[in-house]
Amino acid sequence: MPARAGRRVPAPLLIPAGLGLLFLVLPLAGLLIRAPWATLPQRLTEPGVLTALRLSLLTATLATVLCLILGVPLAWLLARVEFPGRRLVRALVTVPLVLPPVVGGVALLLVFGRRGLVGEWLDSTFGVTLPFTTTGVVLAEAFVAMPFLVIAVEGALRGADTRYEEAAATLGAGRWTTFTHVTLPLVAPGVAAGAVLCWARALGEFGATITFAGNFPGRTQTMPLAVYLALETDLQSAIVLSLILLAVSVTILAALRDKWITSP
Amino acid sequence: MRARAIAALLAVAMLGASGCGDDAGATGTGAVTVFAAASLTEPFTTIGKDFEAANPGLTVRFNFAGSSALATQINQGAPAHVFASASPANMKAVTTDGTPETFVENQLVIAVPEANPSGVTGLADLTKPGIKVALCAEQVPCGAAAKKALEAADVKLTPVTLEQDVKAALSKVKLGEVDAALVYRTDAKAAASDVDGVEFPESAGAVNDYPIAVLKDAPNLTAAQAFVAYVQSDKGMAVLTAAGFQEP
Repeated sequence: MPARAGRRVPAPLLIPAGLGLLFLVLPLAGLLIRAPWATLPQRLTEPGVLTALRLSLLTATLATVLCLILGVPLAWLLARVEFPGRRLVRALVTVPLVLPPVVGGVALLLVFGRRGLVGEWLDSTFGVTLPFTTTGVVLAEAFVAMPFLVIAVEGALRGADTRYEEAAATLGAGRWTTFTHVTLPLVAPGVAAGAVLCWARALGEFGATITFAGNFPGRTQTMPLAVYLALETDLQSAIVLSLILLAVSVTILAALRDKWITSP
Repeated sequence: MRARAIAALLAVAMLGASGCGDDAGATGTGAVTVFAAASLTEPFTTIGKDFEAANPGLTVRFNFAGSSALATQINQGAPAHVFASASPANMKAVTTDGTPETFVENQLVIAVPEANPSGVTGLADLTKPGIKVALCAEQVPCGAAAKKALEAADVKLTPVTLEQDVKAALSKVKLGEVDAALVYRTDAKAAASDVDGVEFPESAGAVNDYPIAVLKDAPNLTAAQAFVAYVQSDKGMAVLTAAGFQEP
């Protein structure tokens, strides 16, 4: 009963925790202090801002859906199936975390670009080119954000009690039925937490997006790209755009947290 | 006050990094820190080495980045002695010691993949169907110049992307993702093994001036002035024109 224990929080935990929080929150305070509050409403209604915001929300959500479809099965495979080279595969999944996003964007171009390994075939067979399209933005965001989902879901799966799955198997359920009816509900909070992390990372994605999908208003210019370009000419406008992105994402995440994620 | 605190912190960090500080005084020794536009990377690196060879005891440190980012860094207290900007607008944003001087000019060319497979000969060709074009975003100098040149030529084109800087636009040509991009002649020249630069007459109406200046309160004033003079000397200009810059 942690809440009941009236003991004092030990200083070796409290002090670094407080410093850690300060370190994370101070830059945000910097944005808030320097924000041009007087002109804020007028900047909000500039048409380019809403276009970029809408595109950001749309692409981050689509990227999260893509990550769920591909990432949850991948996490299950890593957590539940013994196969040779599993440790290597697990390490490979985290590559996009280590890779600078700009390098990730170049790598995506080399594969999905017009002269890329897969992209050339897509172009000649279906007439589809991915760079400079909204689909390209979704791909870039999914590439960078998927590890967050896979790691969260794999952790949840390894922590889950496998006796439920064994019981389901004893009662005659196949592996697929067990997965959909037992495993998935069991790790739902982990999947939700992973999806939220994944969405947040996709929303803030910059490097891979601008490298792979380029920058064009309405098509590939997401909020982070708009912020970066605003910074070239107008610091205040960049601050406003950052605050809008922050406010919207924090509101959405807070609302979701109350609704879905009951256990942290 | 906050800005001053940041400046102090940066200065301390700088001193720590150099390990010697500004003990040189006005005799022309010590270190000069030069903040220069990304497009000056290759020629300035060469000029820096030549300058050090000609002035034993002096060292030059460079920070290359987009001009607007450099101007922001300088205004937030970064310890720069000299600023060489790719646009007069960014130079205006900082406080200089004396009037900035235009030392070179840069002009746009159309960068196309080697051997020019789409047969681009001028701006009008860029509007042909099926030709994908990358421009710089209007907010950065190469984008502003491109807009001017396109207006001068009365060519309306829809690019597939508005890149964040000239090197990014150029890399899209190198990777074969676009068929053409408007970049500086110097950038096309530096990438001559992968791309060809197609000259076009309207670029004369969108020349980009590069100003250079010693910054106000530069601690090593004599050395900073010596570097600026060296850049504008015959030796410095020879390196710059070889890289594709023009004398103003």
